[in-house]
Amino acid sequence: MSEKPGSGRSGFDRRAFIAGAAGSALVPMTARAATQDASVSAAQDPALPVDVTLRVNGKDKRLHIDARTTVLDALREHLKLTGSKKGCDHGQCGACTVLIDDRRVVSCLTLALAAEGQEITTIEGLATDDHLHPMQQAFVDNDAFQCGYCTPGQIMSAVACVKEGHAGSEADIREYMSGNICRCAAYPNIVAAVKQAAPEIMKG
Amino acid sequence: MRPFSYQRATDPDLAVQALSAAAAANNPLTQAAAQPLAGGTTLIDLMKLDVMRPAALVDINPLASGWSAIESKGDGLRLGALAKMSDVAAHTEIQRNYPVIANSLNLAASAQLRNMATLGGNVMQRTRCSYFRDVSYENCNKRNPGSGCAAMDGVNRMHAVLGTSDQCIATYPGDFAQALIALDAMVEITGRSGTRNVPFADLHKAPGSTPDIETTLQPGELISAFSVPGRWPRSVYLKARDRQSYEFALSSAAVALDVQDGTIRDARVALGGVATVPWRAREAEALLKGQKFDDDLAQRVAAAAFADARGRQHNSFKIALGKRVVARALQQAVTMEVRS
Repeated sequence: MSEKPGSGRSGFDRRAFIAGAAGSALVPMTARAATQDASVSAAQDPALPVDVTLRVNGKDKRLHIDARTTVLDALREHLKLTGSKKGCDHGQCGACTVLIDDRRVVSCLTLALAAEGQEITTIEGLATDDHLHPMQQAFVDNDAFQCGYCTPGQIMSAVACVKEGHAGSEADIREYMSGNICRCAAYPNIVAAVKQAAPEIMKG
Repeated sequence: MRPFSYQRATDPDLAVQALSAAAAANNPLTQAAAQPLAGGTTLIDLMKLDVMRPAALVDINPLASGWSAIESKGDGLRLGALAKMSDVAAHTEIQRNYPVIANSLNLAASAQLRNMATLGGNVMQRTRCSYFRDVSYENCNKRNPGSGCAAMDGVNRMHAVLGTSDQCIATYPGDFAQALIALDAMVEITGRSGTRNVPFADLHKAPGSTPDIETTLQPGELISAFSVPGRWPRSVYLKARDRQSYEFALSSAAVALDVQDGTIRDARVALGGVATVPWRAREAEALLKGQKFDDDLAQRVAAAAFADARGRQHNSFKIALGKRVVARALQQAVTMEVRS
């Protein structure tokens, strides 16, 4: 949270900028003026929450949140989808990996506002009815975790890794799964799980 | 993270207008009150760390429809600044004709970050100097000009040995930029008065006495594209690092050669992980031109590339390592199979 709005050495006044932006022809995202009409504009007070609609696991979710909220925090704190994990919160560990428009990304460095209109898939969206996704089943079959904290991110990343065509060899799997850290070091079993699930996923 | 206003720019003029509105005179770009948001992998990270404190974010991702094309036109390449690292690395013509570009992108970051990060943002990424990234250290001339440099006599194993000054030894962390500078790339910059094209080599500024000024971009200007003349099928990017994947370079080399009948007609050598800015080793290139390759030549070229290097307490190993990386990259470029 902010202690000192307007601090920093630029001498630039934050309030002045916000007032100045009122006349621009951009699309400010505010609770009062979330509009696609670029000719309509209003000064945004960053202290006010914004309205955002996120499409998560096939369903539209309306949120009223701080503009600073990341996709990860929107999922965990506002939508109670706590499968995606917060490890480092700086894009280094991969525990928060989700799919956005079918591409794996780290949700901790993605602003919820910037993800509006895109399809977000989380670990909660993988299984169908009572059937685990093949990658989830492969992680169970291969004992591909110990504490389990990194596992949702590993699985989301692994699904994408296979679909990208990067699971053709163990070396490829290790290289293209390197963005997911497992401090229990279950790596050999993770590689085995990805190898097991890959043919089934590619079959569709 | 401090509060900010968020705006979505639906066309380039609006983006430039919004970014210019916040541009105060003599305001280094890195401190500008309005920052463009592309992939966010550097910006959001540094905002969480309170290193960057913009009052406004201008989301330029909607510009991707016009600014993310990958165009290979026989004798040249044009890359939109909002193209994602992963898409460029996977492009078959780039893999075939510019392997140094494909490799530099693929060996950087992780699959997730490469899906997010754009080419324009990639070259603008900030240093990984731990004293820069941790605001509890008062002394950082990049963050607080005139405050000193905690790295100079601190734990500086990861720091630069080329292009340093007595104000800053922070390493430029990227990989792609070394490929661009080696291949004489141009960068297209969009601003209030339209677009201008400048050599990529002129984009970054060595720290000198103003480490807070990192590029020649002005607030209100955006990188819109890169262009690369010619084709460089005989080219490699070699990256030495502390672990095999997902790590910044200790030392890297971008090498591109034009070899005909065993003679090196043209040679490009750029260095990463060892310099404060993307680093072209022209004196090394000069030794290669017109020569036939052998191990002795590789050693002399590598020595020339690091002739001006100056190590500090913990990073002198980079000079020895860097020479070996250059020699090995040359060897790989000479011996690689190139389909004509």
